[in-house]
Amino acid sequence: MNYHASSVGATRYVGERTPRKEDGRLLTGRGQFTDDIQLPGMLHIAFVRSPVARGRIVSIDMGVAREMPGVQAIYTQADLAAIPVQMLSFFFTPIESPVTLLADGRVACVGDPVCMVIAESRAQAEDAAALIELEIDEETPLVTIADAKTGALVHPDKDDNIAAEMGDEDMLEEAIQPLLDKAPHVVTHTIRHQRIAQSPMECRACVASPEGSGEMTVWMGCQSPHLAARYVAHALGMPQESIRVIAKDVGGGFGLKNIPWREEVAVVVAARLFGRPLKWIEDRFEALTASSHAREQEVTLTIGLDDEGKLLAGWSDYACNNGAWPMGEDANIAVHMFMWPAYKLPAYGFVTRGWYTNTMGLGGYRGPWAMESLIRETTLDKAARKMGVDPVELRRKNLIYLPDQPVTSNMGIEVTDITPGECLEKLVANVDIAAFRREQAEARKEGRYLGMGIATYIEPTGSAGAMQPMTGETVQLRIEPTGKIVAMLSTHSQGHGTATTMAQVIADRLGVAYEDISIFEGDSAIGAFSPGAAGSRQGVIAGGATWKATEMLAEKVKAVAAHLSNASVDAVTIDGGMVHVEGAPEMSRSLKELAEIAYGEPARLPEGMASGLEAQFRYQPPPMTMTSAAHCCVVEVDAETGFVKILRWVSAEDCGTVINPGVVEGQIAGGLAQAIGQVLLEDMPYDARGNPLAATFKDYLMPTISDVPDFEYLHANTPSQTIGGMRGVGEGGAIIGPPTLVNAIADALAPFGELGGEAGEVTLPLTPSRILDVIEQRNVSGHQAPAEKAVAAPVAEEVPAETVAVSPETEPAPATASIDGDWDMTLKAPMGGQTFLAHFDTEGTSLSGYLSAPEGRQEFSGGTFEDGRMKFEVKVDKPMKVTLKYDLQATADSITGKCKMGMFGTAKVNAVRA
Amino acid sequence: MSEHKIDLTVNGHRHSATVEARTSLGEFLREGLGYTGTHLACEHGVCGACTVRVDGVAMRSCLMLAVQANGSEITTVEGLAKPDGTLHRVQQALKDNFGLQCGFCTPGVAITLATVLEDNPSATTEEMETAMSGHICRCTGYQGIRRAIRQLAGEAA
Ligand code: FES
Ligand code: FES
Repeated sequence: MNYHASSVGATRYVGERTPRKEDGRLLTGRGQFTDDIQLPGMLHIAFVRSPVARGRIVSIDMGVAREMPGVQAIYTQADLAAIPVQMLSFFFTPIESPVTLLADGRVACVGDPVCMVIAESRAQAEDAAALIELEIDEETPLVTIADAKTGALVHPDKDDNIAAEMGDEDMLEEAIQPLLDKAPHVVTHTIRHQRIAQSPMECRACVASPEGSGEMTVWMGCQSPHLAARYVAHALGMPQESIRVIAKDVGGGFGLKNIPWREEVAVVVAARLFGRPLKWIEDRFEALTASSHAREQEVTLTIGLDDEGKLLAGWSDYACNNGAWPMGEDANIAVHMFMWPAYKLPAYGFVTRGWYTNTMGLGGYRGPWAMESLIRETTLDKAARKMGVDPVELRRKNLIYLPDQPVTSNMGIEVTDITPGECLEKLVANVDIAAFRREQAEARKEGRYLGMGIATYIEPTGSAGAMQPMTGETVQLRIEPTGKIVAMLSTHSQGHGTATTMAQVIADRLGVAYEDISIFEGDSAIGAFSPGAAGSRQGVIAGGATWKATEMLAEKVKAVAAHLSNASVDAVTIDGGMVHVEGAPEMSRSLKELAEIAYGEPARLPEGMASGLEAQFRYQPPPMTMTSAAHCCVVEVDAETGFVKILRWVSAEDCGTVINPGVVEGQIAGGLAQAIGQVLLEDMPYDARGNPLAATFKDYLMPTISDVPDFEYLHANTPSQTIGGMRGVGEGGAIIGPPTLVNAIADALAPFGELGGEAGEVTLPLTPSRILDVIEQRNVSGHQAPAEKAVAAPVAEEVPAETVAVSPETEPAPATASIDGDWDMTLKAPMGGQTFLAHFDTEGTSLSGYLSAPEGRQEFSGGTFEDGRMKFEVKVDKPMKVTLKYDLQATADSITGKCKMGMFGTAKVNAVRA
Repeated sequence: MSEHKIDLTVNGHRHSATVEARTSLGEFLREGLGYTGTHLACEHGVCGACTVRVDGVAMRSCLMLAVQANGSEITTVEGLAKPDGTLHRVQQALKDNFGLQCGFCTPGVAITLATVLEDNPSATTEEMETAMSGHICRCTGYQGIRRAIRQLAGEAA
């Protein structure tokens, strides 16, 4: 499986900096982006958005707007409701907030779409939109996480403002605090991460063209046309084949375009209602203020260490702002799952919550769980400073190295082949840290402040098989009668270069010229389902699929050639598009000749062999493939201005088999630039009235070429267990970049004090004025850390509602009704609500039954049923081994209560009669 | 809304059209004439994606009105390569150095660098980087663009 073994032909392609197939069209203006689509009779859409953060819609006056030139229709939610829609999360679970395509009687954030104007030109649509008068009875909005804890309900039909929560508060007292109490060193650190606008250079875009009877062709800026098509089909209750989504070129996605959202689906619905092709092109103001946002979160981590610097225990309290209409309610459980698999930390507990507020909803962004690395690595460096130990040594004491494995993390994740320790060693071997420390000491004497930051991490990539849309990838491959190769892929590139890397794999494994391969993707009518670019997965899974499909095709070519030449298959080789038979040069044939025979003269093929030269393979990889890395950066902080200059950045990453170093390094670099933006520049602040304050690229500071240094790369290549041995690399830079840079700045500022003060509350971005806060030890930035100080231990009274909707202990015990039979049960699990069938049988006080979902059925027995209280345990293996402990209270027609999911904490459960 | 008749040359082709006074040059090139290689990414003059060459000067086509281009000679990204398909050296350098990913910012980047080199064929790395600092690229972290600039300046990339 290791490509180093050899390429099939004499020319090696895997591992080479092969120029990209995508570049020819993109460099000459011949790409096809959604806004490039023009259709006969196409009309244009502009949205009218709420200017206030919260309130009841009193009236919508469209009188003047309707009379404007070119206006064809103005829709409100009442019009769109003619076609029922169920908005879904990325996991295809129903969105739990009462989200509608347009505002339904209430607005819950600035930018909430209220009306949709359809006109002959975009300018006319915008003119009319500006003349629609909205009267809104304004209410006081909840803007911050702190507001959400105490304020009025964002969604009046909910019990509280908790959008999602996980974790086990009891564990702090029961298991973690005693260990922390005994630890000789305890360090607590808080990070407040600002809100990010993902800002792909191409804003969102959608063209929907109704066709035939109930069919629709949709051009959409998305991260997978297959997923977009399935999403729209599910949301509208249409057969998937009736929707074709085309996304030939997309100007960046970064998680924002993971799923179609309200506007895209509204365009599709409106096109069906109006019966004409409709186009919506988001402008940058909308993109910044009214596209889903990302990252706003607060986390406090406390770790205990022994005198040698070994980690003993950890506790964290995490909260993220879900806004009003998240693309899926999220408590970011992944932060906790992936905080420690690279480290030896025996005991870890957490509480984690997502909060509804009257701000734009939460969406995906490259490495959505990245906070795990940011909080862990910055806390470790703080511990190193406090204990006076070298940060590299502290990591060495705690990191996992290859000989430590297999090992299972404190959250139940088994790692077998990660290399964070090896990456750190490689990094340290290539960066002269001692020389830097001397330089740093010299510089300080001159009043120059240099700092070095190091961080290590692992990243789950290529996830498949545990969550709804995270599937395998399919490749269909064909040698055409011309001898050229055509591949149809389930992949999608928003800059990822999948046509390039997959063609390299084909060229390498088949022994043909790269130039002779044509790749087709970017259209839901081509290939089969995959979620495309989501979770650093395409190189791993599509790469493996392509690898295997190509080998299958090569086997067939050899079998045909061997048969025609009366030779053994082992004697056949393919090179440069020619098929050779060992020892019989006169038998050499071109692939074209072979293909002509295979398609046109099937009688000459071996008996029973299918005609043609085609192969198809759908690859189901291991559930997760881990990538590891260690990074180092060097900065200089100007003590006069607070300005940070990045002097050097070295990445040592292990992404297994590298198909194309140019592409891999491009992914790392893009993520690192975004990391630099997050740490130093980008910010989407809200004022107290809930107005987003960065409305242009003059306010929302994107990194430019002068903010980003040259990156240096060290590639370790430990093949993974997938076919081809690749590991994903799409998100890593955005995950490990922030802690690397924050650590470097903290190191530079060490002579002045701790970044974020002694309390250790670091607020991003680290603007020059926030850095001067540390240097001058006064409040230069005017930024006051919120009065309510985050504490390691959660204070129960601060939480307005109980974790559990109905607490079995406090609810008066109802008369016992029979619970035997089938129930529709919902578990509010980490990846959104999971609904399944529960069947119960009682005999006296003993309870047994099963839980059944399309993925499988789990039987249980040995439960108890007394006075309506049901207690039982179910063991599950996917996505991780965990015992689910149910504690429920039943009445005749409903069941409510909670389920304890091991380390994942507690989830709400309810059920109704099926 | 007043309408105006304009004549202009784009990539060597002459065009006549009637445009609304408020139509930006970028929108007109894309929608009116079909030169969709020019991309609009902010429409407020910050990102540089929409850059085209107007009478030898790199201009943000989102900030210029179509009527202002009356009588002008314009080059868009479609006009950079030779008619036989040979890439302009800026395009080739971007390709050689993985200077693009999604390609949305690329047309503006290519026009700007080509214009700098047109004005001064031996422009330095610093001069080109300064010109490039008016462009936003969300994908590449500017690494490949910087290597392309070094290649164009005759330095080791
Ligand atoms: S679109 Fe013209 S500068 Fe951004
Ligand atoms: S290549 Fe995507 S924005 Fe530059």
